[in-house]
Amino acid sequence: MGAQLRIYRRRMRSVKATKKITKAMELISASRIVKAQQRVAASTPYANELTRAVSAVASFSSTNHPLTTPSENPKRAAILIISADRGMAGAYSNNAIKEGEQLAAMIRERGLEVSNYLVGRKAVNYYKFRNRDIAGSWTGFSDNPTYENAKEVAEALISAFIADAQTDNAGVDEIHIIFTEFKSMLTQNAMAKRMLPLEVIESSAPAPSGLLPMYEFEPNAAEVLNALLPRYIEARIFNAMLQSAASEHAARRRAMKSATDNADDLIKSLTRLANAARQAEITQEISEIVGGADALASASAGSE
Amino acid sequence: MALNVELVSPTQQVWSGQATFVSARTIEGDLGVLPGHAPLFGVLVDGAVSIKSVDGTTKEFNVQGGFLSVSNDRVSILTESAN
Repeated sequence: MGAQLRIYRRRMRSVKATKKITKAMELISASRIVKAQQRVAASTPYANELTRAVSAVASFSSTNHPLTTPSENPKRAAILIISADRGMAGAYSNNAIKEGEQLAAMIRERGLEVSNYLVGRKAVNYYKFRNRDIAGSWTGFSDNPTYENAKEVAEALISAFIADAQTDNAGVDEIHIIFTEFKSMLTQNAMAKRMLPLEVIESSAPAPSGLLPMYEFEPNAAEVLNALLPRYIEARIFNAMLQSAASEHAARRRAMKSATDNADDLIKSLTRLANAARQAEITQEISEIVGGADALASASAGSE
Repeated sequence: MALNVELVSPTQQVWSGQATFVSARTIEGDLGVLPGHAPLFGVLVDGAVSIKSVDGTTKEFNVQGGFLSVSNDRVSILTESAN
């Protein structure tokens, strides 16, 4: 076998091995998207009920809760970025991180400082590599978050929010979240949302009174709001994490599908090249034999 | 007349259906809800929630904290974990 042909065969073997891996990852992600979507769907009733309750309580009670009142001169804002732990998901993590950069730039324009809270190894590495300060980071659950994970993150953020930003360096006045919205198998969008202070719809007099009745609060409105708001933040973060997980799997599936397709193309063109090399080798061998025979024939003809 | 009850946790909808009576424990004590109850929003403590469904069976759930909201014969119980 000629050197050229051997090299083509070697490259084909390696591309085939890579293709097997990407194909397997594609199938795994495809099966996990479905599960992740089911988890998003399962968490929706809770999130909906909670949102309903918060808007009911917040718009019908005159309580001025710290979590709903914007600070008069905000000093610092927290950004929570939800990214992936592992790569091989195309631009998934990068999109979230870029969205975070944009938001951070906007916040800095308003004259506020930014403190970074990161979920997922990709975002953590990105910030560490650039030597930026990280206020809090959590890794290891990006593809399968539990409610406990969301709770942990929410607790850190809420305690930073409750701390006074003017005196405490860890305190923040605003909390923004960046996650990847799962629209469909094909479309996922990195988006930024403000979580705190809450943007509660002021529905006083002209609101549809039939929808949100005057509630009696037990024990009282302030107490209820105190208990309700942390749960609401937890549920929002949990929902964001679940959507991001579904998006991560979808992005990975798409990336692995195009990798598999590319491997197929590569194998095809390498096969063509290897065939041509083999054919060229055979042609050369034939012409060598014919040439040799000719030379022998003319040499023996000359001696007679 | 029956109550439309939903018991939901962050990971799943635990129970939903029609019921004639719901009882739960709030910060201020045990509380029962019958059809026609006034709009109410309560904070639950750890304890049992029992739901008497329209077919006469009673379901008991152990909840860990949460909220109970009642409006227009619609009862929703939000809890972090229920079993």
